[in-house]
Amino acid sequence: MALLAVDNLSVKFTRRGKPDFQAVDGVSFAVSEGEVVGLVGESGCGKSVTSLALMGLLGDHGVSVGGNATFDGIELLKLRKDAMRDLRGRDMAMIFQDPLSSLNPVVPIGIQVTEILTRHRGMRGEAARKEAADLLDRVGIPDPTRRLREYPHQMSGGMRQRALIAMAVACAPRLLIADEPTTALDVTIQAQILELLKELVDSEGTALLMITHDLGVVAGLCDQINVLYAGKVVENAARRNLFAAPTHPYSVGLLGSIPRLDAPRGEPLTPVRGSVNDNIDWADGCAFAPRCDHYTIECLQGPPALTETYTGHGYRCVNPVIDHTAPAVSDTEANS
Amino acid sequence: MFRFVVRRLLQLVPTLLGLSLLLFIWVHSLPGGPEYSLLNEDATDEQRAALRESLGLNEPIWVQYGRFMAKLVQLDFGISLQTGQPVLTEFFNRFPATAELGIMAMTMAVCVGIPLGYFAARYRGRFLDTGAVAGSLIGICIPVFFLGFILKLIFSEHLGLLPSAFRQTAGINATHPTGFYVLDGLLTGEFDAAWDAFLHLILPGLTLASIPLAIITRMTRASVLEVMGEDYVRTAESKGLQQRIIRGRHILRNAMLPVVTAIGLLTGALFAGAVLTESVFAFQGMGLFVYQATQTRDYPALMGFIMLIATVYVLVNLLVDISYSLFDPRVRVR
Amino acid sequence: MSTKTDKIDRLAELTAAKRTDQGHGESLWREAFKRLRRSPMAIAGTIVVGIFIVIAIVGPYIAPFDPVSQTWGDEVFPNKNTFVGPRAENWLGLDHLGRDQFSRMVIGARQSLMVGVVATLLGFAFGALLGGIAGAAAGLGKRWGRRLDTVLMRFTDMMLAIPALLLAVSVAALMGQSLATVMIAVGVAQVPIFARLLRGSMLSQAHSDYVLAAKATGIKRRRIVLAHILPNSMGPVLVQATLTLATAIIDAAALSYLGLGSPDQSTPEWGTMLADAQRFLSGAPQLAIYPAVAIIITALGFTLLGEAMRESLDPKLRK
Repeated sequence: MALLAVDNLSVKFTRRGKPDFQAVDGVSFAVSEGEVVGLVGESGCGKSVTSLALMGLLGDHGVSVGGNATFDGIELLKLRKDAMRDLRGRDMAMIFQDPLSSLNPVVPIGIQVTEILTRHRGMRGEAARKEAADLLDRVGIPDPTRRLREYPHQMSGGMRQRALIAMAVACAPRLLIADEPTTALDVTIQAQILELLKELVDSEGTALLMITHDLGVVAGLCDQINVLYAGKVVENAARRNLFAAPTHPYSVGLLGSIPRLDAPRGEPLTPVRGSVNDNIDWADGCAFAPRCDHYTIECLQGPPALTETYTGHGYRCVNPVIDHTAPAVSDTEANS
Repeated sequence: MFRFVVRRLLQLVPTLLGLSLLLFIWVHSLPGGPEYSLLNEDATDEQRAALRESLGLNEPIWVQYGRFMAKLVQLDFGISLQTGQPVLTEFFNRFPATAELGIMAMTMAVCVGIPLGYFAARYRGRFLDTGAVAGSLIGICIPVFFLGFILKLIFSEHLGLLPSAFRQTAGINATHPTGFYVLDGLLTGEFDAAWDAFLHLILPGLTLASIPLAIITRMTRASVLEVMGEDYVRTAESKGLQQRIIRGRHILRNAMLPVVTAIGLLTGALFAGAVLTESVFAFQGMGLFVYQATQTRDYPALMGFIMLIATVYVLVNLLVDISYSLFDPRVRVR
Repeated sequence: MSTKTDKIDRLAELTAAKRTDQGHGESLWREAFKRLRRSPMAIAGTIVVGIFIVIAIVGPYIAPFDPVSQTWGDEVFPNKNTFVGPRAENWLGLDHLGRDQFSRMVIGARQSLMVGVVATLLGFAFGALLGGIAGAAAGLGKRWGRRLDTVLMRFTDMMLAIPALLLAVSVAALMGQSLATVMIAVGVAQVPIFARLLRGSMLSQAHSDYVLAAKATGIKRRRIVLAHILPNSMGPVLVQATLTLATAIIDAAALSYLGLGSPDQSTPEWGTMLADAQRFLSGAPQLAIYPAVAIIITALGFTLLGEAMRESLDPKLRK
């Protein structure tokens, strides 16, 4: 059984004086030990909200969470607050997007690392400091004993993200959620951070839920990919299948907007038209329809159902780019 | 650190120089000139001319300013017209009283305002929050002197709990080595005198504290609310830390930064509030002296006190800035 | 299968419905105003301020008696602690000289409003001038501009080193008693605050992305400052002006209490009434409470309005 199983998760924000906003709408996926699963989509598609809901970090006001999520057999969404608090940081940890704003500016890095060791591993004083230095060393921060005394503003962006990762892995969690961990960083640093995450997953067998808008990031890392659009999974497949046979027009669009070295010179990138603001409600039809090249009137007949092929490749589209029902060359290739 | 302090102190010089020039020009451009304040309304022209001559007011204005500045550099602020004492002496005589009152008021404002603002933010939208917000709005809008009179009426005249005027009960014969009466009492072992002086501080302190209290409460509340939405608080939550540590180390420590700055600025406003408070409670401090100076048009005293108060104000803010750097490591004191 | 136009129409309809929901393409000011209209603080503030202004305008016409004549002077003896409270003829009773308190209150509203408005306008006008010049000079980015900015800001620093009310007290003390003095004194004390605020607001605008964009498109700096930076910087200044209306009315009362107010007894003013009534506080507290409550409620009205404006203009609170 999977370590984390999310079933039909939905998150609705209710705001005074405005219509409710369904941020996450029936999302299901699973993450097993040692597996890397990607949640991909553009900003506002609900991927971050999904992760915050799983961590119990959404707050109580104006939020209603539905569905099921089990972590090692524990019902996450029904867990008492103090039990959730025990779980967070020890068994499931999270890495955030902007390392500068995610670190407390007026507290030295050392304390921000040791406080989690004190909380979950009961370590204090010199022992905690030594362990913190070891952790910083493990995530590739040079001269860790000196760094412990520094404040976040004295470190570079890459170092800050490494420090955050050190905090996340401090208690050897079984599940790590990384929410756009490389977005705020330089390209060269991005590669280093991804490499670090990969090493940690490989050596510890940690399950990793990777949240990103960048298919390039998931390409080298994820075993399983879920593409989210307007709160719903519109396509889910193993990495090879998705890249070989992208089926939902939105996935195709996302792939088309990645620059490729092997593309012929002068060939323009094909971005996805429009923006999330053009969406229609799922109740009316496919939310992506207004931006879709394959749009027909059938797209407006209620929310499209999830179709699944025998290879486990799912897509939520009435006019898929690839017809999986007929044996296609790409399909057999993808499974060979 | 040392260089920072020196540089800030040097910045005080042009401020005071400009201030003195401004005050000088202003006093001399008043209708009737400065001698106007020294004479009765019905003084003859001869008396007027004689006075102008004796004060050197007939000399060119820049000569007068030069002489004024020369004295100022020697810390000679002139003679108070109402008491006949040097202005500087009067200032040092009265400074401890107002400082004692100000410390009392600021302590009240900080000790009540910060917890109140914090809990208002934590229980946002509940009764406590609504009450704190409403209370602080009203606190800003009540004229200070009216509040003083009401407090005096209730606690002193009707309930007879607290003294309503002066710094100590008449007849108490205590020694005052520092001029801070409560401190004096503690130093000399005259604890009943210290207690008496402390009781005399409560009502004026409360009056003077009203505006800083209201502002500190509101600022703390707004600041805590803002910090609660910061990413690093979410990080702390994601680490599963104890509520106690999240609130203390991650929320409160950051939320205090703007409040510290505000406390410095509010300290300056205390001097103005002291004019009203001290005249309501006949509290013998700088404020009462300034009030009396306005009544008698004692312009050397007014000018001297304004400059000295401005100096104290800048020094207090320097202290606050230095302490701020202890709270916020991002601010390097250079 | 439906026709092509059919499918486009249906889609257009759905997206259009969505767009009006989200309220796209609204200007900052209109958006702020919409939020303001929904804020209960703003509504309460507007009602209070509205009532105050109406009374200030119609006061002299609805006052039943002459506010100055000591019509019932033979009924009131302050030194014997004999006062007259509310009665059928005099709704709020008589003051210490036997004048009709209600008439004095409604007529006094006009004076208080005038003191508040004139003092605020004075502070606003000179402060905005000072701050606007400094901000524009600094925004031009030339060397002399920065120098001018430094000089002007040193000047405001100097004024800020004196606590506002103390400044007002000394101005009033040295200029002699009159209503004009009170207004000038209270106004002058606000000048550095407005100057600092406008300059700061302009400089933060000058570093914003849209100004960089305007610069990049080659629009003249002078035009950027006048057409873009200045109008967008006025928000905080207008908020401050509204809040200052409250402060000015309170400070004017304080000056009256200190004996620096208008010596003119022909027109009543709340601050003077409150100051006069302090002497009879234990015998006739109502005489102080009427003008005090009027001042507090009016100041509260302006403060509520100002705070609501601040909240609705705050970009952090948007969405």
